[in-house]
Amino acid sequence: MIAQAGEFVGPDVGWWALSPLLVLVGGALFLLVAGAVTPPWPKSAYAVTTTLIAAGAAVLAVIQWQQIRDDGPSLLVGDAIAYDQTSVFFTVTICASVGLVALLSDDFLRRHALDGPEFYALYLVAATGGIVMASANDLIVLFLGVETLSLALYVLAAADRRRTKSQESGLKYFVLGGFSSACLLYGIALVYGATGSTNISGMVEYLQATVPLDRQDALMLAGIALLMVGLGFKVAAAPFHVWTPDVYQGAPSPVSAFMASAGKVAAFGAIVRVLVVGLPFYRDDWRPVVWVLAVASMVIGSVLAVVQHDIKRLLAYSSISHAGFVLVGIEAAAHQAGGAELGRGIPSVGVYLLAYSVMVIGSFGVVAIASRSDDEATTLDSFRGFASRRPALAVAFTVFLLAQAGVPFTSGFIAKFGVIQAAVEERSYAIAVIAMVASVIAAFLYLRIIVSMWMGDADADVGDVALAGAGRSRTWSGSMAIGLAALFTIAIGVVPGWLLEAADSITGYASR
Amino acid sequence: METSFPILTALIATPLVGAVLVALLSWRRSAEVGKLVGLLSAVVTAALSVWLLASYETGEVGYQFVTQQMWIERWGISWHLGVDGISLFLVVLTGLLFPLALLGVDPHHNGKAYLVWMLILEAGVMGSFISLDLFVFFLFFEIVLVPMYFLIGGWGYEGRVHAALKFFLYTMFGSAFMFVGVVATAFLARESVGRITFDLVVLQEQAEFATSTGRWLFFAFAVAFAVKVPIFPLHTWLPDAHTQAPTAGSVILAAVMLKLGTYGFLRFGLGLFPEAAYWARPLFLTLGVVGIIYGAIVATMQKDLKRLVAYSSIAHLGFIVLGSFAFTSQSISGSVLQMINHGVSTGALFLLVGWIYERRHTRQIAELRGIQAVAPIFAAGFMVVMLSSVGVPGLNGFVGEYLVLIGSFATARWWTVVAAAGVILAAVYLLWAYQRVFHGEPDEENRSFRELTVREGLVLVPFLAAIVFVGVYPKPLLDRIEPSVTELIEHVESRTDYVAPVSPAGERAGEEEGGG
Repeated sequence: MIAQAGEFVGPDVGWWALSPLLVLVGGALFLLVAGAVTPPWPKSAYAVTTTLIAAGAAVLAVIQWQQIRDDGPSLLVGDAIAYDQTSVFFTVTICASVGLVALLSDDFLRRHALDGPEFYALYLVAATGGIVMASANDLIVLFLGVETLSLALYVLAAADRRRTKSQESGLKYFVLGGFSSACLLYGIALVYGATGSTNISGMVEYLQATVPLDRQDALMLAGIALLMVGLGFKVAAAPFHVWTPDVYQGAPSPVSAFMASAGKVAAFGAIVRVLVVGLPFYRDDWRPVVWVLAVASMVIGSVLAVVQHDIKRLLAYSSISHAGFVLVGIEAAAHQAGGAELGRGIPSVGVYLLAYSVMVIGSFGVVAIASRSDDEATTLDSFRGFASRRPALAVAFTVFLLAQAGVPFTSGFIAKFGVIQAAVEERSYAIAVIAMVASVIAAFLYLRIIVSMWMGDADADVGDVALAGAGRSRTWSGSMAIGLAALFTIAIGVVPGWLLEAADSITGYASR
Repeated sequence: METSFPILTALIATPLVGAVLVALLSWRRSAEVGKLVGLLSAVVTAALSVWLLASYETGEVGYQFVTQQMWIERWGISWHLGVDGISLFLVVLTGLLFPLALLGVDPHHNGKAYLVWMLILEAGVMGSFISLDLFVFFLFFEIVLVPMYFLIGGWGYEGRVHAALKFFLYTMFGSAFMFVGVVATAFLARESVGRITFDLVVLQEQAEFATSTGRWLFFAFAVAFAVKVPIFPLHTWLPDAHTQAPTAGSVILAAVMLKLGTYGFLRFGLGLFPEAAYWARPLFLTLGVVGIIYGAIVATMQKDLKRLVAYSSIAHLGFIVLGSFAFTSQSISGSVLQMINHGVSTGALFLLVGWIYERRHTRQIAELRGIQAVAPIFAAGFMVVMLSSVGVPGLNGFVGEYLVLIGSFATARWWTVVAAAGVILAAVYLLWAYQRVFHGEPDEENRSFRELTVREGLVLVPFLAAIVFVGVYPKPLLDRIEPSVTELIEHVESRTDYVAPVSPAGERAGEEEGGG
């Protein structure tokens, strides 16, 4: 990348193409600086600013989408960043997540006396890292994205200073996350050793031109394995999932929502870049691994979720199971990776991630509002009779849970249908059937929450008082975020055409 | 009559609009208005379904009132609706039953949510019966679980939460396989059809599957339908769900929701995979007959009146399965007719049992006695319905069962012989139950048993009228059912080496039955 000649020639940057990233970074800096030099802003101002920044980035990305469709994809910054519809799709998804999460955080942070610009700036920084991950065309850049995202998330997870659980969550995530980053980096090093390039296009070109020798092949396979460990950790796929329940439970609820949505989206973006785009020549080697990860995640996530008593843990396990579903889409994409016809795998992954992000943000959003001021009233029992106390919230939560169960006329059904369709198209019937059976097990746990909300005794005394108190501090921002999420969940279930159409065009990748 | 008015879409939309209106109305201020709006939308739906029946072209084959709109173009999914002789009466039954069920029983608490769920359920059931697109069918087939789940769980009896959960998970487990089956059908048919489509009509005409593929796909669908019917080893959710459901829930569940399974077998099982269905015939005939005998024996042993009716459903649906898989024009027509008959008579039975519970707060047969003496009109109504369920000549149950048995005899002789014993067993458990509940001297607690009220009477009259009408003069129904059934059998014949036996009674079965 750096010219060997004495004179340094900087790469062509392409400022316009990077504008969503720049808006997010600029927004984060603005929040930090302006927040530091001005007296505390009026209520909701931080959240609204953050949402506007994210919305701005998303709007730019949508404009870019049109442009790429007309002009075709390209590579930026010395081939390090891919500027294609895949990256734009993930950018929009991540920006949407940030916007919704920021609105949710508003009420939560003020209730917990944590309000300030730092929280929101961290969201924006994390989103930047996530977008870099999903649009990286160089493994080193990808790693930078991973670290940017992860460091912000470590801080966010531990951000509730008065709760030891939050501290514990941050620390656990940090230690295990550092470990997985190390695996990822080691994997990058080994792949570099085998191919002589960290650039994804460079890797593809090298592998295209060279028949690997045995020794090199071993190096490459070891590298791929380590990469998959690192990325598997980030998406919380079983067996690399053990951190998820503890971290999601301990972290402040909006942060859990952020990790389950934007964090997961970014990590899957990275998986697409590394495996599907970068390593199509090894697809027969990594596809069975993805198969196993997918099945393990779906089964372990669903089964262990059934025995949970805490809603946040339950949602954490369900997020593991959803990661498995997305991996079903990746597995389908693997059949066609590197070919001319890319099939339905990646579009189905895109739709699933967008739909799931919105559902999971909504779900954690309801939990954030419903939990008491110490963020502890998240047991299943504290939701008994929730429907009679907060009917509107209960309806929204029911919508999210049914969507997660994949009930028709919700986005969850469309997402599941897409993934299963992709798998069936590639004749992976076994994984499709396992996925559907796992989703029945998972349906049981969503129904458990619904049961305790709607059919539990309305006179559950302890939670009642606390929840009534929480109700008074409720503001428009959280309700708006949840309302929007619910609306989106149903709208996609009824008129999915436009989203599917958009997602179908994310199979063209930028390459040299 | 081809109308430009999209009547089928209206059949789905009307209850949905009603549900939304009810949900928006403030219940505290105007509960009466809300109830009226809900009931009105159900009545309008009923009127639409009657209009549909009136303008249905008798004797014509193929689907009528077809609506087709592209919905999700990328996946080849269209909003394709239509009715034929097989679905026509199920639609009418659904349309008429909901207002009756709403009128017949009060939910006692939280009437608003109850009404909303009932109307959504109606839309879902309607949609399942009239959709001609696999994807749309699956949507409706799956969505009906949600309102039913909440109805059982919210307004049922002691064990309601458990029963609701069991119901939901069992059925969803079945549909998990169908979900994969639906997608696989569309993709595997791509080669012979030339594009991806979920359109039932196109798939039925053009799709060709390798023998083993077709069998796998058939079983993927069959599991879902078998759970829904339910066919013998997959039936265990039914007694719980029926017993714990609120009265209206049981009525709807028995009368129309179980038919989703038997209807599915005819429409999708036989229609899409005739070869596989023919191949799997012995299995389903056997399971159907086992269901008849098993359901009857277990029903005899029940102490709970509602559970008894629930098990009797298993027996009756066994007849429908037997008829469907006997593959003759008569047997399948009998099955379709029996779907309606079972809907009417079991629906009415559940209503009556519900009314008994309202009066006595028990369903235990042992605690009921001598009701005939204190409430003779109630007892008379119960008796007519019960006899219809037994299959006494002159009432509807006889016509259906007779057609099924006579039609099956030609192709499935020994199964039919065993099944015929089920008719006797039905008489045993129902008459015995009637005897124990209604005969004898009423004791202290049963002496105050209230007579049938005017409102209940008005609800019951349409059921009784249907029972007697179909029993005496089934021709109008059979005239509309048979052409579609014959077409289905010809479709099966064209795809397999099966040849339907030419029965001398064949074409004139309807008229002969006319005399009762």
